[in-house]
Amino acid sequence: MSLKSVHQIIDDCQAIFNDNSFSKARQWKDAVPGRKVIGYMPVYMPRELIHAAGMLPLGILGGGADMEVIHGDAYYQSYLCRIPRSTIELAITGKLDFVDGMVFPSICDVIRNLSGIWQLLFKDKYVRYFDLPQNFDDQIGGVFYVNELREFKQGLEKLAGREISDEHLHQSIALYNENRAWVNKVYDYRAATPWKAPAAEVYLLMRAGMVLPVEEHTDLLKSYLAAAEAENRPLRDNCRIVLIGTFCEQPPLNLLKSLEMAGCYIVDDDCMLVTRWLQQAVPTNGDPLDNLTKAFLHHSAETAAKYEVDLAVKGKYMLESIQKRQADGVIFAAPSFCDPALLDQPMMVDRLKERGIPYITMQYAENSGQMQPIREQAGTFADSIKLWSAS
Amino acid sequence: MSSTTVVKSPSQLLQKEMIGRNYDRITSGQSKVSSTFVPGNLNELLMCFDIANNLPEINAIQNAMRKKSGEMITNAERAGHSEDVCTYVKADIGMMAKGNIAPNGKPFPNPDMLLLSYTGCFTFLKWFELLREQYQCPTVMLHVPYAADGKPTQNMRDYIVKQLKEEVIPVMEKVSGIKFDIDRLREYLRKSAQAENDLVWMLEQSKHKPSPIDCYFGGVYYMGPIFTAFRGTDEAIDYYKMLRTEIEQRIALGLCTQTPEGDMPEEKYRLVVEGPPNWTSFRDFWQMFYEMGAVVVASSYTKVGGVYDYDNFRHDPAHPLESLADYCLGVYTNRNLPTRVGMLARNVKEYEADGLLINSIKSCNSFSAGQLVMMREVEKLTGKPGAFIETDLVDPRYFSAANVKNRLESYFQMIDQKRRAGGSVSAA
Repeated sequence: MSLKSVHQIIDDCQAIFNDNSFSKARQWKDAVPGRKVIGYMPVYMPRELIHAAGMLPLGILGGGADMEVIHGDAYYQSYLCRIPRSTIELAITGKLDFVDGMVFPSICDVIRNLSGIWQLLFKDKYVRYFDLPQNFDDQIGGVFYVNELREFKQGLEKLAGREISDEHLHQSIALYNENRAWVNKVYDYRAATPWKAPAAEVYLLMRAGMVLPVEEHTDLLKSYLAAAEAENRPLRDNCRIVLIGTFCEQPPLNLLKSLEMAGCYIVDDDCMLVTRWLQQAVPTNGDPLDNLTKAFLHHSAETAAKYEVDLAVKGKYMLESIQKRQADGVIFAAPSFCDPALLDQPMMVDRLKERGIPYITMQYAENSGQMQPIREQAGTFADSIKLWSAS
Repeated sequence: MSSTTVVKSPSQLLQKEMIGRNYDRITSGQSKVSSTFVPGNLNELLMCFDIANNLPEINAIQNAMRKKSGEMITNAERAGHSEDVCTYVKADIGMMAKGNIAPNGKPFPNPDMLLLSYTGCFTFLKWFELLREQYQCPTVMLHVPYAADGKPTQNMRDYIVKQLKEEVIPVMEKVSGIKFDIDRLREYLRKSAQAENDLVWMLEQSKHKPSPIDCYFGGVYYMGPIFTAFRGTDEAIDYYKMLRTEIEQRIALGLCTQTPEGDMPEEKYRLVVEGPPNWTSFRDFWQMFYEMGAVVVASSYTKVGGVYDYDNFRHDPAHPLESLADYCLGVYTNRNLPTRVGMLARNVKEYEADGLLINSIKSCNSFSAGQLVMMREVEKLTGKPGAFIETDLVDPRYFSAANVKNRLESYFQMIDQKRRAGGSVSAA
């Protein structure tokens, strides 16, 4: 167990976050000849398969707030979100040249079509569009999904030049089970003591998990929890909010900091849902692909990109989060031009209105720079909750 | 401005009457009604249960062409829907708030079911989740996987067939009270294939010089029956026969394409167009083309409901459910970008077009995301220049006539220059 302080841990995570060349992943690849790296985009990816193939799953979440997009705008019209243009910028400026393959999970038409751009522009790379079922019956969506997993596994085996055994998969599943458990502990810790685990720190911790090997990331989470508990930080008179809409294109780090500075502790969010998409530990015996399938069908998070079969259940995940995290309200922060987040939002808003739960809405791009309006809006929201809330 | 007199062929008049008749059926209260989407729609299956087919995209188009969609969209935005999202959705939601009046002036009944055919467009999923909130009626999802590697797999086909058998058909039986009869479906599919043969014949006639038809603006009318509520009917067969006779006559007379102001006098430019048209200024948009002597000889929009003229798909009565699955999987926007590029490049070559024009639609990510790359790829494959204009589907705020016209004029000048340099032969 590391004896690093919170600041040292977060400084390391910040360095990983700032590094658009993914040096840590490059170092991992260079350390052993023949290693391979597979990039994946939001929202969900069964990283266990990539890991079991001996490869590094690398979460690609756009170029962030500071990367200048020069070429990307020639690939995308102004009325499309920013994540595809900054992702293509990363690729054509060579920052992903060490990545052996890219996987694009089904989330929206923009990311779907980005898979086609990869097919057109990077013909020497492994490219896979990974379709997730919108039917959750074991015999229908389940059969489809297990076959998709099998195809994906075969593709990885071909790339790796070796078979992925069930034993390897069980080991990888166990490692990701452990990682998810520690991710959840961090989220629980933040919800219980948000002044000890600021949102920006938790965010940077999770971002590090997009780059680091899972074993290393789990250790980092353990270290952080120990270090944060040892840190003496003041409790502020903030309200408690759940942040929704940030599941794909990422909010600027300054946005998260601004919300907390304005008086809103973030006690839950939907950033990087891949880290906690599966809500229960996946069994480590039996058929591993069946186990991953059942976990996806029956124990996965709800998000705008996933169809909710039952009208009565729509919004349950958000409402449970509000209750579990004892949140006072919700901030909907959606990326501009994000169809899933923006089309889902009115339905979620209705559920809050029905229950008298306060909310505000805002939009951002990953490179939004002006935080003053955000601070003012969030500050007013926090004040209104503190002044008028029944609690 | 456009002339007030509009020249329409008998087939156009018939098409208009057919669409009107479907609205009368939907609003009559005599039939069960399902809302569903145009791409990969399951009209033949709905017919097996005597369920009328109401298509919200077509309603939005009708409202746009009647200059009503703008107010509907702003009303939806005032109710909390983002400016950034699909304007078809907002026009539909705005229409509901204004009494849900159909183009025939009668109120739409609440649908008896929502058939969420999730084919080639993510927005469909959210759209019907939003409608379900309002109507609270049975909603059945048909998830059509994306043909990401260019061709559907057996796993995809099996998944769709299983959804049809175990989820879609049982809901239709329950809503309609009619038991599914596969032989009835086979008969409708046989009729579909018959109409589809004439449809493909029609699409291929624009290879003639001059082209007797316009496959974008005119194509919208020609596509109406096959992509809406008439595929699988005798009416569709008769319509495409009538259209065929009209086109044969035009070819025999050596006529250029028909426009709302009569026959285009001279064909100067032949284009392939990618992307849907703008509907709020449809006539003005078309006029810009025919006034400059430009005819669209092929377009991806004529494949929006389903693709027949690329890999010879026809509905197959011998394999009814599998055939429906293949139809859904083959929808243009359900195909990956390399396939779309291949289709467009093939069109440019086979139809001897001067180039590819992309009408990029602000609120349609399914079509628009990646189009700039597609244009460059088609240019590389064909050696013909591409051009890019931007409009929207049904939001009048995003149609700038001056900008579109300027870009078109520049594009035609570019084509002229290419011709002078020997890069492209004269059209007619």
